[in-house]
Amino acid sequence: MARAVTQKRKMINTALAWTIGLLIFFPILWTILTSFKTEATAIADPPVFLFFDWTLENYSVVQERSNYMQFLWNSIIIAGGSTILGVIIAVPAAWSMAFVPSRRTKDILLWMLSTKMLPAVGVLYPIYLLFIELGLLDTRVGLTVVLMLINLPIIVWMLYTYFREIPGEILEAARMDGAGLREEILYVLTPMAVPGIASTLLLNFILAWNEAFWTLNLTAAKAAPLTAFIASYSSPEGLFYAKLSAASTMAIAPILILGWFSQKQLVRGLTFGAVK
Amino acid sequence: MHLRTVLCTASALAFVAAAANAQTTITIATVNNGDMIRMQGLTDDFTSKHPDIAVEWVTLEENVLRQRVTQDIATGGGQFDVMTIGMYETPIWAKNGWLVPLDDLGEDYDAEDILPAMRAGLSHDGTLYAAPFYGESSMVMYRTDLMEAAGLEMPEAPTWEFIGEAARAMTDKDNEIYGICLRGKAGWGENMAFITTVANSFGARWFDEDWKPQLDTPAWKEAVTFYNDLLADAGPPGASTNGFNENLALFQQGKCGMWIDATVAASFVTNPNDSTVADKVGFALAPDTGKGKRANWLWAWALAVPAGSDATDEAKAFIEWATSKDYLALVAENEGWANVPPGSRTSLYENPEYQKVPFAAMTLQSINAADPSNPTVDPVPYVGIQYVAIPEWAGIGTSAGQEFSAMVAGQQSVDEALEKAQSLVAEEMEAAGY
Repeated sequence: MARAVTQKRKMINTALAWTIGLLIFFPILWTILTSFKTEATAIADPPVFLFFDWTLENYSVVQERSNYMQFLWNSIIIAGGSTILGVIIAVPAAWSMAFVPSRRTKDILLWMLSTKMLPAVGVLYPIYLLFIELGLLDTRVGLTVVLMLINLPIIVWMLYTYFREIPGEILEAARMDGAGLREEILYVLTPMAVPGIASTLLLNFILAWNEAFWTLNLTAAKAAPLTAFIASYSSPEGLFYAKLSAASTMAIAPILILGWFSQKQLVRGLTFGAVK
Repeated sequence: MHLRTVLCTASALAFVAAAANAQTTITIATVNNGDMIRMQGLTDDFTSKHPDIAVEWVTLEENVLRQRVTQDIATGGGQFDVMTIGMYETPIWAKNGWLVPLDDLGEDYDAEDILPAMRAGLSHDGTLYAAPFYGESSMVMYRTDLMEAAGLEMPEAPTWEFIGEAARAMTDKDNEIYGICLRGKAGWGENMAFITTVANSFGARWFDEDWKPQLDTPAWKEAVTFYNDLLADAGPPGASTNGFNENLALFQQGKCGMWIDATVAASFVTNPNDSTVADKVGFALAPDTGKGKRANWLWAWALAVPAGSDATDEAKAFIEWATSKDYLALVAENEGWANVPPGSRTSLYENPEYQKVPFAAMTLQSINAADPSNPTVDPVPYVGIQYVAIPEWAGIGTSAGQEFSAMVAGQQSVDEALEKAQSLVAEEMEAAGY
C-alpha cells in the first residue's frame, strides 16, 4: 500500500517537474522555432507552432551579415578567462575563510556579497573612465577582469560552502604527513572539492556568458561577445523577429549544449556537499 | 643569391605591412533598420573608392545606442568615429560642442540639395552638424478596400473628424478588423511622439513662452480625449503596449483600417513579400482640425562625427559617401527605387524614376508640411515637433508617456493622466531651472 502511494506520488512529481521544465523552456523553444520561420510567418496571428514552411534563410542572412565566429570567440575567451581567473583567486580565499576563520570572516563574506546588491549602472561611469585611462575599452582583457570581479563574490561563496563540508581533520592529517600549504591545497583539498569546483566553474561560465550590461557598455567592434551580436539584430523600425531569433539561437546554442552535457555535474555540485 | 632573395622578400613584406598599417579604421555605430542594413551591405563601394580607410560596424539597439554614444561623447572615450543620431539629439549635442561641424563636405556633396526641413532640424546656429541618412514624417496609411466598403472616400488632406468617423465605420471587432492602429507604448519616441503631434494639431503646446507647462489647458484635454476615445472605440486590444513594430505587424496582417505613423513604413506595408495587404494601401496627409497645424512629425536618422574622434577626415569621407546623391543611385541600381533611403534630398524627389514609387509624393508633402521651428498654433520657446529639443525632454516625455499609456490601458481617466503629467513636468522643469 505504502509502495503504491509512493509510486503515485512519484508519477505526480514527475509530471509536475516536466510541466514546470517545459514552461521554463518554452520561450527558448519558441525562439528556436521562430528562427526557422519567414518574417511574415513569425508575426502570423494566430501564431503557428510546428506546421509552417521551415526555412534556413534567416541563418544564412545572419551568417552573411555578421562575423559570428568573432563574437563566439570573444564570448569563449571572456567567459572562460574570467571564470578561470576567478577560481584561481577564489580557491585560496575560500580556503583561508573555511579552515582558518578569523573573527571577521563572516563580515568579510557578507561584505563581499553586498557588492552584488549595488545596481551595476551605479559604477558604470567610474569604470568607464578608468577603462579610458587604462586603454581597456573594447578589449577582451578589460572585460575578462570586470566579469571576474563581478562574479568573484559568488565564486568565493560557492567554494567556501563546499570547503566547509570537508572535515578539517583530513587537512590536519595531510599536515602531519608533512604537506605544506601549497601541497595541502593542490593535492588534498582541490581533488576532494572537484565536484564543487566543477559546478562553480560551470555556473560562473554561464553567468559570464549571459552577462549583457558590461559587455554591451564596454565594447564596440573588437571585443564584443555574443550578447552584442544578439542586440545588433533588434530593430526600432522594421520587423526582423525571425532574424533576431536566429541570432539568439546561434548565441545560446553553445551554452545550451554545454549545459545539457554537464547537467549531471551541475545538479550534483549544486545540491550535494563536497564529500557526500 | 639566396640571401638576396630573402632580403628582397623581407623588404617587400615590410613594405606591404607598412602600407597595411597606413590604413585608417573608422568605427561606425548604427541601428538595425532596413536602410542601415543596406548601407552595411554596400560598404565595399566605399572602401573601393577609399582603399586607405577600413570600416568597422557596431550595430546596437536604439536605446542602447543612444546611451552608449552619449556616454562615449561625454567621457571622451573616442570609441566611435561615425554615429547614427536623431534630430532630437543633434542641436543639443552640437550646442555642447560634442559634434564636429559638417559645413566643409566636398564640392560635389551639394548640401543645398538636402531638404530644407531636414537641414534646419540637423543644424545648430545655421551650421550642419549631422547629415541626414534618411528622413521621415508621419502620414495616414489606410486600406483602400475597407474604406470603400465603409462607403467613404479618403481626402488627400483629411481632418481628425473624418478619421474618427472612418475609423469607427471600418471597425469590425468580431472579425478582428480595427479601424485605427495608433501608438500606445510608453516612451518619448513612442506614444509621446504621436500624442504630441495630435496635441499640436488641436492647438495645444507643451510650454508657453515662459516655459510654463500647458498640459492643464482645454486644448490638451480635447486632444487627449479624442485620442483615447478613438483607440477605445476603434483600436486593437492591448493598444497601450503597441509601438511602431507592433502596429506594423497588425497592419501587415490586415487587422488595421488605418495607421498613422512614420512615412518610412510605406515601403514595408506595400512590400508583397511581407505584407498581406500590399496592393490595398492608400496614403494621405496627417489629419488636422483646421487650426493651421497638421499632426505630422519630422525625424531624421543622421550621421555625425563625435568631437573625440581621431579620424575626423576619414569619418567625414564616409558620411559624404553615405549621404550623397551617388549613394541613392547606387541603392536604386542594386535594390530598386522603392528601397532608396527616403526623405533626405530634393533631387531624389525630382527624379522621374523615383516619382513612380507610390508613396514618394505623399512622403515629400508630409516632410514639407513639417516645420520644427514653428511647430504649434500658438508660439513656443522650443524647437521640435514631436519632441521638445531640450535635454530634459527624454525624461519628462517618457514619464508623461507612462501616464498616457496607463490611460489607454484603462487604468486612469484622461483628467488623471493630464493632471499627473502636468505636475511631473512642472516639477522636473523647476528642478532644471526653467
